Amino acid sequence: MSTRIATGGRLLNKSKAVSFSFNGKQLRGYQGDTLASALLANDQMLVGRSFKYHRPRGIVAAGPEEPNALMNLGRGGQFEPNQRATTTELFDGLEAASQNHWPSLEFDVGAINTHLSRFLPAGFYYKMFIHPRPFWKHVYEPIIRHSAGLGKAPKDRDDDTYEHFHAFCDVLVIGGGVAGLEAARTAALSGAKVILLEQTAHWGGRAPVDGGSVEGKSITDHVDTLVAELAVMDNVQMRRRTMGAGVYDHGYVLGYESLKDHAPKTKGPRHRLWRIRAGHIITATGAIERPLSFAGNDIPGVMLAAAVRDYLVNFGVSVGDRTVVVTNNDDAYRTAIALVEAGLTVPAILDARVLPVDSPLMARAKELGIRVMMGHAIASVKGGKRVTSVAVCSQAGEGAALETIECDAVAMSGGWSPVVHLWSHCGGKLVWDSALASFRPDVDNAPTGADGHGFVTAAGAAAGFFGLDDILHDAHAAADGVVTTLGFKLPASATSPNAARQEESPLAPVWMMPQGANAKLREKTWLDYQNDVKVSDVRLAAQEGFVSVEHTKRYTTLGMATDQGKLSNINGLATLAGALDADIPTVGTTTFRPPYHPISLGAIGGEARGDVFQPLRRTPLHDWHDVNGAEWEPVGQWRRPYAYKRSGESTHDAVMREVANTRDKMGLLDASTLGKIIVKGPDAGKFLDMLYTKMMSSLKPGKCRYGLMCSENGFLIDDGVVARIDDDTFLCHTTTGGADRIHQHMEEWLQTEWWDFKVYVANVTEQYAQIAVVGPNARKCLEKLGGMDVSKDALGFMEWVDGELGGFKCRIYRISFSGELSYEIAVDAGLGQAFWDALMVAGNDLGVMPYGTECLHILRAEKGFIMIGDETDGTVIPQDLGLNWAISKKKEDYLGKRAQERSHMVDPTRWKLVGLETTDGSVLPDGAYAVGEGKNENDQRNMIGRVTSTYHSPTLGKGIAMGLVLHGPDRMGEVLDFPGTDGKTYSAKIVDPVFYDKEGEKQNV
Amino acid sequence: MSEPISALNGAAYKDGIVEITALDPVGMITLRGDLGAGYLKKPLKKITGVDMPEVRGIKLNQDQGIAWMSPDELLVICPHADVATHLETLNNAIGSNHAMSVNVSDARAVFRLRGKHIREVLAKLAPVDTSPGAFEPGTIRRSRLAQVPAAFWMVDAETAQLVCFRSVAQYVFDLLKTAAQPGSEVNHYRR
Repeated sequence: MSTRIATGGRLLNKSKAVSFSFNGKQLRGYQGDTLASALLANDQMLVGRSFKYHRPRGIVAAGPEEPNALMNLGRGGQFEPNQRATTTELFDGLEAASQNHWPSLEFDVGAINTHLSRFLPAGFYYKMFIHPRPFWKHVYEPIIRHSAGLGKAPKDRDDDTYEHFHAFCDVLVIGGGVAGLEAARTAALSGAKVILLEQTAHWGGRAPVDGGSVEGKSITDHVDTLVAELAVMDNVQMRRRTMGAGVYDHGYVLGYESLKDHAPKTKGPRHRLWRIRAGHIITATGAIERPLSFAGNDIPGVMLAAAVRDYLVNFGVSVGDRTVVVTNNDDAYRTAIALVEAGLTVPAILDARVLPVDSPLMARAKELGIRVMMGHAIASVKGGKRVTSVAVCSQAGEGAALETIECDAVAMSGGWSPVVHLWSHCGGKLVWDSALASFRPDVDNAPTGADGHGFVTAAGAAAGFFGLDDILHDAHAAADGVVTTLGFKLPASATSPNAARQEESPLAPVWMMPQGANAKLREKTWLDYQNDVKVSDVRLAAQEGFVSVEHTKRYTTLGMATDQGKLSNINGLATLAGALDADIPTVGTTTFRPPYHPISLGAIGGEARGDVFQPLRRTPLHDWHDVNGAEWEPVGQWRRPYAYKRSGESTHDAVMREVANTRDKMGLLDASTLGKIIVKGPDAGKFLDMLYTKMMSSLKPGKCRYGLMCSENGFLIDDGVVARIDDDTFLCHTTTGGADRIHQHMEEWLQTEWWDFKVYVANVTEQYAQIAVVGPNARKCLEKLGGMDVSKDALGFMEWVDGELGGFKCRIYRISFSGELSYEIAVDAGLGQAFWDALMVAGNDLGVMPYGTECLHILRAEKGFIMIGDETDGTVIPQDLGLNWAISKKKEDYLGKRAQERSHMVDPTRWKLVGLETTDGSVLPDGAYAVGEGKNENDQRNMIGRVTSTYHSPTLGKGIAMGLVLHGPDRMGEVLDFPGTDGKTYSAKIVDPVFYDKEGEKQNV
Repeated sequence: MSEPISALNGAAYKDGIVEITALDPVGMITLRGDLGAGYLKKPLKKITGVDMPEVRGIKLNQDQGIAWMSPDELLVICPHADVATHLETLNNAIGSNHAMSVNVSDARAVFRLRGKHIREVLAKLAPVDTSPGAFEPGTIRRSRLAQVPAAFWMVDAETAQLVCFRSVAQYVFDLLKTAAQPGSEVNHYRR
């Protein structure tokens, strides 16, 4: 059984007991425990079930590489699935539950799959569920969805908050082990600004567990001294519980800081996403131990050798009373030695190698009386939910058992793989190091920045150095090189500390144990614990022709689980290489992509949730609208009133009332969102002549002109009224959604093409509250306010004037988007509300009512005015809309002119704008298509037109619409069929698009 | 005549790691032109009492000053009531030269941030190096705050001022409150 022992536990505060629960069971641990160590201390070896076969799974590792111990953590608004027990710090009241089993962890019905595993090989789903086709959607997928899946999806809204933080430094060191600390110290001594990130809560990495001495001091003392030294350096920022998650172009790095996972009750954000710009990045990310591939290597109790040591030294936890160590390298001997020194039993070390001379570690193990069996291997592990024994065989053979050793744990080591993820994220290449039997960073092919030089340097174990002395020297040299390229200089006194060297015997690559394992053993030999991929699956994939490692990965799902193959990748591709009879480096690796370890979606979103999920733009009159019944419509990021509902009124009723009132009496519209761009300079007229299809340079000061803007491809992109302010100055109105876009459009042309035009532009949209006073009583209302002459003679249609109304300084434009007598009045935004109030008071006995955007739409549609975004969709040119009158024929050029002369643009079969009137007065469905004769090559009915705007007109008492129709203007009076999505077919007659006051008498009074 | 009101009309947040206040209307003029020209430098000095700022610089003289916004753009800051007079002075000086000055006072909202953690609160929302040495009084950053444009500068070691568009004043206020929430100190900067 696994249990807490009396000694060890350097990370524990044994005076502080902590209680937590696992699957509802109350358990106790200590402050400093991880959830994994606390579970092991309570003999909870079984922690979950595998994804496919629902095999019992135990804890394998002690860090982020853990594939099995995934938990549902917390509850309610703090619930989160798929949390690794090995990286979860224990706190009082922690609630954990295991995943992926039904009905319980101990008894799981899905485990039947393990007996069916012969019938569930690699690619099973692809092969099985392809026929008959409809079965996938209706039968197979629902069943698979039900049985698959890891943690539960959270049901409640997340209680926590998250944030981003932008940081900048010369040197970013990722990893706070001995290599990272040394690299940070060296870089800092040069004066560079250094940020040092460590993913765990502790400095020093695994060095304190592995032991050794530096300059005569213990490794623990060395780490403490270094940390103290760095802590007082002004140019160093150190951050624990912060993982380097991803490396991106231009030295951009994401760091993932956990602030509350270990203390959920504290105030403040839960996670902080660091967005770091670094001059250079040093990845001191260490290495991950590889499992060995032998039958039964997934049975709970089989653990990485270094993890067994971690639990013993860091947490005072014994994983088993009798632990068999199986290895192909010297490092696992440290585990055996540590276990025996702690008073536990190691019945045997099974070393796959056959070596002529004992290394010091081997000699020490033998000295302690441990039985070392060279050239031996595990034939198979026995046990169900827990290891009971191992069958020993010779590594060179096919697995015939020589003896059985009783044990309750197996510590395995297949060698170490440098953590090359961050090096690789941005294109760093790898080389195969046959001495280490692993990939390590290729120092000649670092990820390169804009200057063509590498911007990432690996240091220490991450670079492939494993002895303590080598690690320190490499880290020092790496940092020295980095600061030198950044232009800093290391003082001569800064040298690398020396560590006591311990010689080790070379490792022997072992990808299958025993070497000649038969098919039966291979079917029980796991590569990927989480996704249940076995050696036999990878070999089958190779046999079926999957020679690319990327294809094999996707076919077998190797390395596709939430651990992203941290343990399984190298073993998997070595197995593939073996099956293909190819070199491992030829087979290559799959792609390393960020993040290194899963990060929360909350951290990615940062502050952007709730009220600040998206900017919401408010006009100066927003609050008034809000308390006066506005039903909001999003228009870009603005909110505009769609209609102002009165009590007891439906939205439709409100819109109808607003239309009728505006036509009969008077309406007020908040038009503040319309874009207002000032264009000034001696070349302003010339500039606008290029931007608009119509001539603008001929406009007289004091006058307004409606204009269309096209892209260089000829398509209509915006429209609005231009007012000439003086000889040099114009004010261009844009659509609400177009203000920022058109401002940028202008700047782009001025900065990139017409940089010799003497023109400045400024977007003054938000400087003004602009209010449209519309309807037959509009003039009377303004006259009541008084202060200036607003008569037809003083201010004619399509003119503007500056003045003062009711004491408000304002600019009045006599323009109309409704067909009624209409004034658009701009006042400074800070006075907008006061001016609106004044208009409401003055208009009180003139029948004033505010109106919203839907009323605006109906008013303009009755007049046949087009709306950008309704009648246009990026494929429509002004000529399609019958707007030829707004296109100058005199001008030599304007944006879009040449495009509009292309053959497709002058094609007479382009659909053209017409009015549509249903034969029964009903409202056409928006976006409906008119169908014509015959069918197209896809056996669909041919289409000859579509509805672009459609409303019920209260003025005319019937449905009106606009649409684009093939040969439309030549087909007046024809009736078209529009099948709706409601099963009905609507019939509509083609009519003139101007339904109301075609002569324009009402607006020109 | 009514008094102009700012978008948030003096809203304040005092419960966080930084105190945030929406300021009363501030006068602002966008000036575009040749920043080296005497017809701009002279009237500007007369209006604000300060010289032309350097690139990314801001020169302040109490409640008036000049901020560099781009190689051909300045933001002139002054009391709200003085804008019309200043515009007249500027336009007279510009005469027939090619330059533009427009009143943008009401198009903006201005916030004051006060406290030990102003650098951190800004760095949570803007992709700007706000560390001591990199960002000090006298410099301005025209950047973004989360999803909207904003410009900000340090007034003194514990005061910063921030300008955004009026329509997003509430969004920016909410953003700053979120970034300044209790318990969210980063403690990244040494001084």
